[in-house]
Order: sequence, then C-alpha cells, then structure tokens
Amino acid sequence: MSPDLLDSLALFVLAILVGIEVISKVPSMLHTPLMSGANSIHGIVLVGAMLIAAAADDPLGYVLAFIAVAFGAANVVGGYVVTDRMLQMFKRREPAKKPEATDVG
Amino acid sequence: MSADVLRTLVFVAGLVGAAAFVIGLHQMNSPATARNGNRISAVGMTVAVFATFISLVIRDGGLSGTGWLIIVVGGALGGGLGFWMARTVKMTAMPQLVSLFNAVGGGAAALVAIDDFVKIAGTSDPDIISTTIFVALGAVIGSVTFTGSLIAGGKLQGLIAGQPIILPAQRILTAVLAIVALVGFVTIVLGAAGVFSLGAGASIAILALIVAAALIFGVTMVLPIGGADMPVVISLLNSFTGTAAAMAGFVIHSPVLIIAGALVGASGGILTKLMADAMNRSIANIMVGGFGTGDSGPSAIGAGAGAGVREISADDVAIQLAYAHSVIIVPGYGLAVAQAQHAVRELAELLEARGVDVKYAIHPVAGRMPGHMNVLLAEANVPYPQLKEMEEINPEFARCDVALVIGANDVTNPAARSDPSSPIYGMPILDVDHAKSIVVIKRSMGKGYAGIDNALYTDPKTGMLFADAKAGLEQLAAAVKAV
Repeated sequence: MSPDLLDSLALFVLAILVGIEVISKVPSMLHTPLMSGANSIHGIVLVGAMLIAAAADDPLGYVLAFIAVAFGAANVVGGYVVTDRMLQMFKRREPAKKPEATDVG
Repeated sequence: MSADVLRTLVFVAGLVGAAAFVIGLHQMNSPATARNGNRISAVGMTVAVFATFISLVIRDGGLSGTGWLIIVVGGALGGGLGFWMARTVKMTAMPQLVSLFNAVGGGAAALVAIDDFVKIAGTSDPDIISTTIFVALGAVIGSVTFTGSLIAGGKLQGLIAGQPIILPAQRILTAVLAIVALVGFVTIVLGAAGVFSLGAGASIAILALIVAAALIFGVTMVLPIGGADMPVVISLLNSFTGTAAAMAGFVIHSPVLIIAGALVGASGGILTKLMADAMNRSIANIMVGGFGTGDSGPSAIGAGAGAGVREISADDVAIQLAYAHSVIIVPGYGLAVAQAQHAVRELAELLEARGVDVKYAIHPVAGRMPGHMNVLLAEANVPYPQLKEMEEINPEFARCDVALVIGANDVTNPAARSDPSSPIYGMPILDVDHAKSIVVIKRSMGKGYAGIDNALYTDPKTGMLFADAKAGLEQLAAAVKAV
C-alpha cells in the first residue's frame, strides 16, 4: 500500500474515534438537531463533486458531476439552514420577560 | 502560485474545516451552545468548499468552461433549492426534509465514487486495488442511503404507507441482492488485482449491477420498517452517508472528506444508539422491521364508541383546569399535525394568569423524532423552562391535579409498565395515570402508532374530550375565559 493510503487510513481511524467521543451525554431534545447538524457535515462531499467536475471531460462525466454538485450543494446549504432554524428555537428566554409580551408569528 | 503552495493551502483549509466540524458537533451536545456550534461548523464548511473552488480556478490550466458551468449552475441550483426548502418547510415536516437532504448527500457520494471508477477502470494505476475497494464501498453505501432515505422520508410525508410493508419473498430478495453485490464486488476487485483479465467495459457494467442491487436494497431495507421507527432509521442512514463520504474521500485522496465522513459515520452511529435507547428498542430489532402500524385514521372506531370510556365536555374540563393548583400538559404528535402549538400556549397562559402552575411533559420521542416536540413548542414561544423531560416530570404526576393529554397515545400507555405481552412493554412512558385526574383530547378512539389499545382511556379517572387538538384547545380557552 502506498504511504498516501496509509496516512488516509490513520486519519479515518482517528476521526472515527473522535466521532465516538464527541457525542456523549446529549439531552434527547437535541437528538434531532444534532442529527441534522451531522447531516450537513457529510455535505462536504460537495468538495469531491467539485473535483470531479473540474476533471470531467466527456458527457457522462459532465452529467455525473453536475448531479453530484447539485446534490452536495443541496445537502450543505439546506442542512445548515434547517438545523439553524431548529436551534434558534432553543434560545433561552429571559426569566423576567413575560410570555404574553412575545409576538407570535 | 506554485502547485505545491496551492496544495498546502487547500490542505490547511480542509484542516480548518475538519476542526470546525469537531468543535461544532461537540458544542451541539448542549442547548446553550448548540446554535453557535452549528454556525462554527457552517463556517468550516464554507472555508473548505471555497478554498477548493478557488484552487481549481487558479491552478495551472485553470478551470474549463464546462467545469465552471457545472460547479456554478449545479451549486446554485442545488444550494438554492436546499435553501428554499429549508426556509419554507413547516416544522412538522422537518424530519422528512432532513431525510431528503441525507438522500442527496448519499447520492452525491455514490456519484463521486462511480465517476472515479469510470476513469480508472482498466488502467494500471498503482493504487487500483484499494481504490476499487473504496469505490465499490462508497457506491454501494451511498446508493443504499439514497433510496433508503427517500423511502424513509416518503413514509414520514405520508407518500408511502407508514405500515411495515412486507414484500413477497422479502428475505429471498434481500439475500439475492446481497449476493449479487458481494459477487460483483469480489469480481471487480480480483479483476483490478489482475487475477483474471477484466476489461474496462466489463468492470463498469459489473459496478452498474452492484449499484442497481444497492439501490433496490435501500428500498427493501426500509419498506418493512414501521413509521414509528423512521427517526432511528434516518439517523442510521445518516451515519451511512458519512461513511460513504469517507469512502469517496479515499478515492479522490481528500483528507477533509475522510475526516468529516468518518466523524459523521461514528457520531451518527452513537446518536442512532442513543435514539434507539430512548425508545427502549435495539437497532437490530428495528431493522428487522414489522413494528408499528402507522397512523390510523379516524375510521378506526367512531368517537365515543369505545367501551368504558367517559366522555367529558369542554366546559367541565375548563372548570377542572381553572381551579387546579397544578396542571401538566402532555403534548403528542396529534398536537403537531393539528398545528395546535399556539393554541396550547394560549390556554397555558390563561391558566397561569389564574395562578395555575403549568408544565409540559416531553417524552423523548414525542412528535416524530427525539426533540421534535421541543422544537415545535419553542416555535410557539412556550417558555423553555416549562418544558420538562420525562425523568424530571414523572414523579410530579402524582402531585398534579390534572394531566392534559393532547394527541399523545403510546407514550402514555400504562401497558408499557404492566403488561409483558404488550408490544410496547418496557418502553419508557410518561406516568400520566398517576395524576389525580386525566383529560385526553383526541379526535377519536383510533389507535396510536403501535396499533394497540391504551388502558389510560378506560381508566375511571380519565375524561375523553373528542376533538381535533386545535379546535379542542380553542374551546377550552374560551371556556376557561368564561369561568
């Protein structure tokens, strides 16, 4: 195996361990936003899609790259925006602020 | 700029992105820092994506016109659609949107892997064996996620029946698909290793066959699983997509893809287990499927037709509530589908104005996903400190005067504690039956997701108010005002 591949394997294994450790005692109310946040992160595949788009030189390559870029971009942008929408609702309200003072959209 | 400097800068940008993902995910463990964490992660993503794009433009030879077109038009189209859907989706429909985004992420990972294989098939690349393995894994996992997530989202959206759908010869079909994928996998890897001669065309055809098997497998994997288990399935598929992205990272030698993919693969796996634990179900048990019959419509049994059920009027409930010391509201999915979050907050405020202590009991899986109900109530400006998690609120039911159950069913069913033969036996539930008095707002005697009777409804302490959650709450609010 090439040194490049060995480096990549090391990264892969260490990142898995980090992934296991980084999620610990999550309150269940954050399970959905956390899943959605992790969902946005794998949108990083957009980087791969851009690389194949740059290397594409035949119609099949163009089509595959175009769909991959569109899919990846949807995953990234939509994922972060919807996660933010969920989380903006968790903002802690000031105890002094009476609920009736808040405006409902 | 020399190619070497450029490569270093892209690598550093990728590293910044990867570090931001780790920090962001970690901050999402706590409600106080979660939103900030998501933003850190988004900034890291922006850095990694734009650094890659700029490096493609300024490298020697630059980016071809077609490359520009694909990246700019494809990115704007996908990003724009994603943004629009994320901004306009109703919060009740949010779980299926997450599933859709997961599907396209898996699809993109599969396409990256497939594209690379088309290029290297039949060449004498020194890493051809390992690359072929990663390509095949990425293509298979990404394809399974793509169709699996679409089916899961379709079930939540109601496009596909929520009931477990068992296809004829389900097991045989699954076994055949797995064998096709495995034999194909071994064939192209051995072909790449030069054990026997396999032309480029033949290897691509075999990869196409593997991908087709994986796409069908995604469908047959999710169809037999009941709608109630979809959150866990989506979380598992989310973890798969992360793994597929990491495989794509191996193929195109991108460290940031490998790190981010492995990170999501592992953390998604842990999260899946946490979710399954909250429902007292094992992941294996869920994947076998067959549990949960989906939403039963009002057709099940007409209102008030259940034996031994005491029906109660809105005026009577209003008096009980208005003169209670403490009321615990138990919201369920019925409240969410009726869009009654604002109505329930208005009723709670009326009661509080009369000096009633109001709290909300949130079951871990209330709504359609863990945490979904918190999001829905927060959207309606229900004060966050009033939302109590199950462990915290359960001892308080015995001291509360009225428990008001709105559109919740299985999570209040005492059979989960007492009846070992019940399919939901052992599931953690809210001890609503310990309250001094119980009022259930429900459209009909229809069954919940698990498709079983709820002994709570025939409890002598329970009064049933048959109404749509929103209409019922509005009647109650009007009646409380009149008390």
